[in-house]
Amino acid sequence: MPTTFMSRNDLLLFLGFTIVVLAMPIWLAPFGAGYPDLLQRFMIYGIFAVGFNILFGLTGYLSFGHAAFFGVGSYTAVWSFKLLTLDAIPAMVFAVIVSALFALVIGFLCLRRSGIYFSILTLAFAQMSYNLAYSVLTPITNGETGLQLTLNDPRVLDAAIGQTFVGQPVPTLFGQQLSGYAGFYFCAGFLILAFFFAQRITGSPFGMMLKSIKSNQTRMQFTGFNTRPYALSAFVISGMYAGLAGALLAVTDPLAGAERMQWTASGEVVLMTILGGVGTLVGPVIGAWIIKYFENILSALNDNILARFWSFLPDGMADFMVTVTSKFVGDGWHLTLGLLFVIIVIFLPGGIMEGVRRIAAAVRRSGTPAAKTQTQPAE
Amino acid sequence: MTLLTRGLTRRRVLQTGMAGIIGTGVAPMMFTKGAWAQEFCNNPTGDTVTFGLNLPLTGTYAEEGADEQKAYELAIAHLNGEGDGGLLNVLAPSALKGNGILGKKVVYVSSDSQTKSDVARAGATRMIERDGAIMITGGSSSGEAIAVQGLCQEMGVIFMAGLTHSNDTTGKDKRRYGFRHFFNAYQSGIGLAPVLGQSYGNDRRAYHLTADYTWGWTQEESIKAATEALGWETVAAVRTPLGATDYSQYLTPILNSGADVLILNHYGLDMVNSLTQAVQFGMRDRQANGKDFQIVTPLISELMAKGAGESVKGIFGTSNWHWNLQDPGSIAFTKSFGAAYGSPPSQAAHTAYVQALLYADACERAGTFYPPEVIKALEGHEFDGMGNGKTLYRAEDHQCIKSVLVVQGNESPTSEYDVLNVVQEIDRETVAYDPSIFGGDLGPAEPAPMCA
Amino acid sequence: MFEVIFLQFLNGLDKGAAYALIALGLTLVFGTLGVVNFAHGALFMLGAFCAVTVRMFLTMETVTIDPTKLSPWGSPLEVREPLVQAWLGDFGAVLVNYSVPFSILITIPIMLLVGIALERGIIKHFYKRPHAEQILVTFGLAIVAQEVIKSIFGPNPIPQPMPTDLRGAADIGAFLGMQANVITYPLWRLIYFVFSAVVIAGVFAFLQFTTFGMVVRAGMADRETVGLLGINIDRRFTVMFGLAAVVAGMAGVMYTPLLPPNYHLGMDFLVLSFVVVVVGGMGSLPGAVAAGFLLGILQSFASMTQVKAIVPGIDQIIIYLVAVVILLVRPRGLLGRRGVMES
Repeated sequence: MPTTFMSRNDLLLFLGFTIVVLAMPIWLAPFGAGYPDLLQRFMIYGIFAVGFNILFGLTGYLSFGHAAFFGVGSYTAVWSFKLLTLDAIPAMVFAVIVSALFALVIGFLCLRRSGIYFSILTLAFAQMSYNLAYSVLTPITNGETGLQLTLNDPRVLDAAIGQTFVGQPVPTLFGQQLSGYAGFYFCAGFLILAFFFAQRITGSPFGMMLKSIKSNQTRMQFTGFNTRPYALSAFVISGMYAGLAGALLAVTDPLAGAERMQWTASGEVVLMTILGGVGTLVGPVIGAWIIKYFENILSALNDNILARFWSFLPDGMADFMVTVTSKFVGDGWHLTLGLLFVIIVIFLPGGIMEGVRRIAAAVRRSGTPAAKTQTQPAE
Repeated sequence: MTLLTRGLTRRRVLQTGMAGIIGTGVAPMMFTKGAWAQEFCNNPTGDTVTFGLNLPLTGTYAEEGADEQKAYELAIAHLNGEGDGGLLNVLAPSALKGNGILGKKVVYVSSDSQTKSDVARAGATRMIERDGAIMITGGSSSGEAIAVQGLCQEMGVIFMAGLTHSNDTTGKDKRRYGFRHFFNAYQSGIGLAPVLGQSYGNDRRAYHLTADYTWGWTQEESIKAATEALGWETVAAVRTPLGATDYSQYLTPILNSGADVLILNHYGLDMVNSLTQAVQFGMRDRQANGKDFQIVTPLISELMAKGAGESVKGIFGTSNWHWNLQDPGSIAFTKSFGAAYGSPPSQAAHTAYVQALLYADACERAGTFYPPEVIKALEGHEFDGMGNGKTLYRAEDHQCIKSVLVVQGNESPTSEYDVLNVVQEIDRETVAYDPSIFGGDLGPAEPAPMCA
Repeated sequence: MFEVIFLQFLNGLDKGAAYALIALGLTLVFGTLGVVNFAHGALFMLGAFCAVTVRMFLTMETVTIDPTKLSPWGSPLEVREPLVQAWLGDFGAVLVNYSVPFSILITIPIMLLVGIALERGIIKHFYKRPHAEQILVTFGLAIVAQEVIKSIFGPNPIPQPMPTDLRGAADIGAFLGMQANVITYPLWRLIYFVFSAVVIAGVFAFLQFTTFGMVVRAGMADRETVGLLGINIDRRFTVMFGLAAVVAGMAGVMYTPLLPPNYHLGMDFLVLSFVVVVVGGMGSLPGAVAAGFLLGILQSFASMTQVKAIVPGIDQIIIYLVAVVILLVRPRGLLGRRGVMES
């Protein structure tokens, strides 16, 4: 149905996604994750991962330096709060523009190479940004301490309209503070928008072009087709997504630190995307949620909680289980993540979404034969 | 410490509802001010009160973080009336009763800050929002302290800083909701310079290696000012990244730079690595300008001295506190810490312990957990018995003014913990300074902003 | 000025020795197996912890608590008696003193086993998978390895003292007949440099002059043809993976006196070693070694105050800057072959 705006499946997916996201404070509460800070992070890293997937999932270019755009977005947003106004909208507009420009320059250079050379180039640029932000760019970034808002920032636009602020300045939206659940719904709105655009891009002729870069770039080039502008557009778009996510993180918590630009942060978004399922729309978001959930919830489990959990076992047995399981939670949550990740890469290269598909297929096969045959989208 | 969220409070429902009002542009910021004057962030309603411990359990300052955690656990036990009571018995004046705070039992949650400001801030947010922490404390880096106290100001939650030595914590970046018991780099300079002058003379050429963040910068500045006032010359001041491991490329240029003193503005593992490597480069056996080459570590702790081993012998530095002090407070604390953990406490443990007690005492004196009242109780409070002599929590910048120790690496340690000797105790009149020299603005205590 | 430049050059060689050694192992794996091994840093870290473990055994003590006496901090006094000295006398003391070099003997078989197990267990299933998946699975393994080490040894570094006779600095200036006390350099760092030179030479000699090495080189050039000749090339490649693990492990052991190892050691070197390999040219052994030393020397010179005065912050980015320039100007790295790893 190429004439309709969205196919029925796409529309259902989008609506389902929207409902799931907006209802998160309710359905996540029993899992201990229904508090605003974590919910905001779910949204923010979801946007980051969706954007990353536009580059990695569609074109196959594995960037190890996306955290740089995330960080640039954060710094830009905080500077907008400091210099212009505490309102979130200008900060986010600037953040997206600046990270797009930054991505344009870096992407233009990095996309001259492919494969692991591309990965190392992006990594090198991101590490340079990180190291500079940490050292000589301190006047702009405030180094290790991170850039914060202070009482005596100029905020020229706020001053011009005579708006004064009592207490520690925090970002607002038309005068409404964006902390807590307000911040969550603000971020959720952007995640839904981001998801919508990603869906449109994937289904568009432009998205098809990107996918063909992944499947066979050489053949594309032999047909006289210059793929680089397309790859560069994808790179810039995903850089803008990262900048948007970085800006949102600064909106919900107005501090921009250099750590969020480090290569480990870039590695994290790669993990999220792979875990959820590369090239799928929903997968990266799920991957982001799982990793952030682990980071915040699994890491908070301690021996007391484990002891309570295993208390149904006989004493010696319970102690043993507490000792064993405590290696995998609390400080050791990275171990669980690493193991999960290794298992996923070995057995489910398509990530959690592939698992879901396989289960769905198995269920369908065992149930009544479906009327319509399942068609896999051409890769 | 439960995984399930606490039930929806009235305010939380209100806040959720307010999300819907966004966009109309009419939701006034002060919507909640009048009606909720006594309702504040994480007002403890049950029979417990939660401390949020933000500790670097991994990263450059991990060892300090682990020691702080022990101290907090001890302090909380003592506040709840368990154990031998520790410093509760010697704090004067004291409103503490040994039955928790205001009758509520003290519990805690903790978070690993990884010695990174960004992570520290996320951890503090989590402990305030999810775990309902009434107060955040801990940290072992000034970067963390400044980042977290900014957050606490926004949230309206009191932050009792752990180990932070930068002048900025209670200077340029001071906050109404942030309090520091530890001393600062400026005081290190005042205390250390006369001793350096006496031991090494007034004609020295110093070379600084400095950890590249707020604490390093202010310490470099303070020590530079203090030593230049003695007549020393500064050859160069080189910045090294926080958490650097191999310092060799920064050490080689020193050898023939004409400097005869190396000043290491490093802390934690950075210091252990840079000091050990400097000694490996033979710096302590060198002669320069006809004098013995010397190394100075302006801020040093027992944990670092222990980590550096042989290398630290004879080296001068300053400390906030040392377990070998012979006043009743220090003896009592060393004894209860030693009995609990089998090793003497570090200065990080001491400052952490004291901060927990001071907060509890302030709540008792204020008769409420309401932060503006607690802040009032802490500001200008004078107390004694905690191991540093008479101490004043200065109202102007929330800096404790108390005596400072000049220490030297022990040449002949009797145990693995007996690594530093106290050379001199500088009294608090000498290290007091005008709070206005560092600028900054505390910001308001009221109205207490609402957290989620 | 000469002595300043000479010292900085020496320091560059010293830093470069570590980079080259790690990059060498990484390239061995890539050149033979065609696998991008992100777990290579973890192997370096595991080697370092072999040294830690050996020393832990050598310094075992019997602890008796003497309840009649109290330590100055109020807990009962512990009396410690070293076991190895009690058993082996003076030889035990020497063993403890030389624990780091001694651990190499134990590290070699352990790392060989670890390497072979890793290759047989997991890596071998990834030969046909895309490079991206190889990166990801080895990255996951690296996380697992470091977390296991963390849960055993804790997050804090464990200092490994160097033998007492090898502490302090050597006066190279006097040795070369120049003024005494001008050019001095830590003895252990010089040893590390010589050690890595020997290992590098050993690996090259092994590949160049043994039949095994010849077959492996042939296999690197054309795996299928060698296989068709009836040679079991896979088994040899497995051994090569083990060899790479041994090289990484030994590099880790010898590095411990310079830097107390902690669980994060591998990750700290990982990014750097990849940059070195790519600058040298993927799959080129001489390239990896040359790039290791080149980047070490450049980093050392970039850290000089005189250089930083001209380009602020250059010491922080020099390695990445060089990598970017080389990759843009000379895509295959310094000595890389054409067409390697481009898709």
